[in-house]
Amino acid sequence: MAAESVHPAQPHAVADAHAAGHEHPTWHTYWKVALILTIITALEVWIYYTPLKETRVFGPLLILLSISKFAIVVMFYMHLKYDAKLFRALFVGPLSVAVLVVFSLLFLFGQLIIHLR
Amino acid sequence: MPPAETIAAHGPAEHGYTSTGLNTTKIAIWTFIGSECFFFGSLISTFLVYKHRSVVGPCPHPEILAATHQACRGILNIPVTSASTFVLLMSSLFMVLALAAVQRGDRKYSKIWLAATALAGTTFLGFQAFEFTSFVREGLTIKTNLFGSTFFILTGFHGAHVTAGVIWLITMLFIDFKRGLGPRDEINVDIMALYWHFVDVVWIIIFTFVYLIP
Repeated sequence: MAAESVHPAQPHAVADAHAAGHEHPTWHTYWKVALILTIITALEVWIYYTPLKETRVFGPLLILLSISKFAIVVMFYMHLKYDAKLFRALFVGPLSVAVLVVFSLLFLFGQLIIHLR
Repeated sequence: MPPAETIAAHGPAEHGYTSTGLNTTKIAIWTFIGSECFFFGSLISTFLVYKHRSVVGPCPHPEILAATHQACRGILNIPVTSASTFVLLMSSLFMVLALAAVQRGDRKYSKIWLAATALAGTTFLGFQAFEFTSFVREGLTIKTNLFGSTFFILTGFHGAHVTAGVIWLITMLFIDFKRGLGPRDEINVDIMALYWHFVDVVWIIIFTFVYLIP
C-alpha cells in the first residue's frame, strides 16, 4: 500500500515509507482490528449501563477507550503506521491543533471540568 | 534529497509524484483530512461548549435544567446509536478488504467488498434518518434549543460526509462493473478508503462525546 504511493525511483522516500519495517497489514490483521474495535465499542456501551456511570472515572475512561479506537483505525486501517512520515505530519499536526482548540474553548467557557467529571 | 540525475530522469511531476517521491493525490487527501480535523474540531467544541446550557428540553440525557431548575427528559437512544456505530466500524473493515482486493486485482471480491461498504454506509444513514425523524416527532428540532442546534449541525454535517462517501463508493463500484478495478487504480481506491476511515474516526469521537458522556 505505502509502497505504491511513493515513486519507485526515489529510494529515500521508499525508505521513509517503510521506516516501520517491511510489514504490511494482512487480512488477519484487518479482522483482528475489527474484533478489537467491536470489543471496545461493546465495553463502552456496557460501561454506560453500569454504576460506573455515576463515578468520576466514567468520563476519562470513555475518552481513553475512544482515543484507543481512534488510534487503532488511523494506524491500521488508514495505514499511518506503515506509511510515509509526511502523511503522519499532515494528519497529526492539524489534529493536535484542533484538540488544543477544543480544550482551550472548553476551558474558556468553563466546561472543561463538567466534561472530565 | 534525491540525486539530480534521478529527478532529471523521472521529472518531479511525472505520473503524479512530487520531488519528495510521494504521490500528489495522497498528499492532497491527507492535507484535506488535516483540514477536516479543524472543521469537526470546531463543531464538536461548539456542541460541548453549549452542553447543559439549554433553557428548555428535550436534553441529551435526563438532567435538571440550570436556568429553570426543571427536570429535562433525555432523548438520545443509546441502543440504536450503538448499532449504527457497529455498522460504521464494520464498513471500515469492508473498505480495507475492498482495497486489498483491488491491489491484488481480484475483481470479484473488490465488487463484493465495495458493495458491502456502500451498503453499510447506507444503513448508517438509515439509522441517522430514523433518529432525526424520531427526535423531530418528540419535539426536538434544530430551532428548539441549544442542544438541538448543535446536535443537528454536528451529526448532520457528519451524515453529509457519509453521504458523499457512499456516492464515491457507488461511483467506484460502477467503474468496477464497467471496466474492472485493478492495481493501476490502487491510489484512487486508497484515497477513497482514507476519506471513509476518517468519517469513521470522526464518528468514534462523536459517539463518545455526544452520546455516551452525559
